[in-house]
Amino acid sequence: MRGEKLKPVIDMKSIGLEMLLSLYRKMVTIRQFETLAGEMFAAGKIPGFIHLSIGQEASSVGVCSVLRPDDYITTTHRGHGHVIAKGGDLKRMFAELMGRKTGYCKGKGGSMHIADFSIGILGANGVVAGGFPIAVGAGLSIKLRKTDQVAVCFFGDGASNRGTFHEALNMAAIWNLPILFVCENNCYASTTRTSYACSITHIATRANGYNIPGLSVDGNDILAVRQAADEAIARARRGEGPALLENKTYRRRGHFEGDPQKYRTQEEVAEWERKNDPLFRFAALLRRRKILTSELENEIKEKVDCELKEAIKFAEESEFPKPEEALDDMFINL
Amino acid sequence: MSSSAALAEALQEEMSIDETIFIIGEDLISHGGIFGQFKNLSEKFPGRVIDTPISETCIIGAGLGAALTGMRPLVDMHFADFVTCAMDEIANQTAKIRYMFGGQVKVPLVIWAPDGAGLRAAAHHSQSLESWFVHTPGIKVVVPSEPADVKGLTKAAIRDDDPVIFFQHKKLFAKEGPVPEGEHIVPLGKASVKRSGDHVTLITYGSGLYMCLEASNELARMGIEAEVIDLRTLKPLDFDTIARSVKKTNRAVVVHEACLSGGFGAEVAARIGSELFDDLDAPVIRVAAKDVPMPFSPTLEDFVLPKVEDIIKAVQQVTYR
Repeated sequence: MRGEKLKPVIDMKSIGLEMLLSLYRKMVTIRQFETLAGEMFAAGKIPGFIHLSIGQEASSVGVCSVLRPDDYITTTHRGHGHVIAKGGDLKRMFAELMGRKTGYCKGKGGSMHIADFSIGILGANGVVAGGFPIAVGAGLSIKLRKTDQVAVCFFGDGASNRGTFHEALNMAAIWNLPILFVCENNCYASTTRTSYACSITHIATRANGYNIPGLSVDGNDILAVRQAADEAIARARRGEGPALLENKTYRRRGHFEGDPQKYRTQEEVAEWERKNDPLFRFAALLRRRKILTSELENEIKEKVDCELKEAIKFAEESEFPKPEEALDDMFINL
Repeated sequence: MSSSAALAEALQEEMSIDETIFIIGEDLISHGGIFGQFKNLSEKFPGRVIDTPISETCIIGAGLGAALTGMRPLVDMHFADFVTCAMDEIANQTAKIRYMFGGQVKVPLVIWAPDGAGLRAAAHHSQSLESWFVHTPGIKVVVPSEPADVKGLTKAAIRDDDPVIFFQHKKLFAKEGPVPEGEHIVPLGKASVKRSGDHVTLITYGSGLYMCLEASNELARMGIEAEVIDLRTLKPLDFDTIARSVKKTNRAVVVHEACLSGGFGAEVAARIGSELFDDLDAPVIRVAAKDVPMPFSPTLEDFVLPKVEDIIKAVQQVTYR
């Protein structure tokens, strides 16, 4: 498993009906969450700026579906999907996006800084490649505490050009840490094409430089992502060390909402949407296997919509923090 | 006991009562740290003193990630100057994580950074960078001087649930002083009056303490009794101790080895100026290094660094003598 494209032979029966539908439901939840967040941002209900992960749901859901609640993840500025996939609370997420007191960070973090330490989410990060060093620390801590947890570090193609990527892969390799580095290669780092900014075609080949397994998969095929992550996570849990997984996908929205996207054509985006949407692909597969009927599909969508509406209502009805609360939560011991 | 032995004693005592404490950094095992400051610890606590590759960002990150997941690490920065290579991890991550995430988590991390000039080590191995971190909300800043404080503050910093950057001056490692045995804690945020006097307050920390004490002896011969305050912790700052003294002496000189502009002396002078203006009989004067990178040649370095004579001159100025 070294820098090659995996042609997965996936036994859907062994995954089980319940898990297949749960994967689908999670993907729908993320898609709808992001779509609604985009609408709310456009309507001026979310301050600041947000980065959406529409089109990348297979990566977040596929990887997190093989994690335990006590496993760790670090995520990125484009992190809503990872947080949802790891089990984040939709109400507290929307409340945080809207700067409310009931949000995950009491309104101090916003979209780019959501964390939930109770389920191992060590935080999204406003700094590209800021998650690598923290993931190394989590992996080291697991090793020192002698547990069988694992840490997953999500990052983008752009982050793989920062020094922290290289420091982290090397450290994880020499100490044999239980870390899965998951690159979501979505073809763009902000406005810059991956093909311009990287000297290699597959980010996963960079694993060779650190003597760890590296694997590129079709990141819009959730079952391929899940299988690759499952193997790498199981390996890490057994104490066999870190790996690098590259999920090849596509960033359908701009870098941030409102991005004029002068660096690409709308035809390019439309083609990805038409031919390679991870959610449509998975739904089509489930329909072909008669797992998903249109009745069930509607039922799932309605349930998800209802849950999200409740979450938004909760956020909208929540209070803003009092101005002087800006002075709380810095030090524990004063 | 030397300042460096005081550090080792504090760590040994803390590591034997709390097994989540570990030390991580470059070149720690073979010489017990490049200054011998962690001597014997790797033998006494196998697996808890960890050598790293030269990867400053991930060294700090390794400490931070471990602190977020139940450990209590001390990260060795090799030379304080190398914080520049890890600045994102310190300023953007370590200092901000607890606040940014709404107080969800504690960050019991100590960054130990040997700093200071006078070793003819030139511009990349001689800096005093404490004011950068005072200007970064979310991290506590400790700069001890005497061995007893090194021990007491090390223990307090390790037990603290917030991130602490701990600057220890390289030239003071060998300085001897009495160190209490066993449970000796110096709380963070408490200054110490190291000499009493009525005529002028000298406010200092780190290597500045020894210069101030030497200057005070000279000044006493001139009939000027200086009170010397060793701040020990710059953040949180013990301004009460400063205020008590300045209200008595009505004159203040701030002394530090870091360069003048934007240094911590500016903060102290500004606070005295705005909060104690009516108590002052003279403007507050700062004694600090000149605003250039630290040069190598002894004649140059000695010229750049603040000296005992500079303190005496400053005191003469504020006492009009």
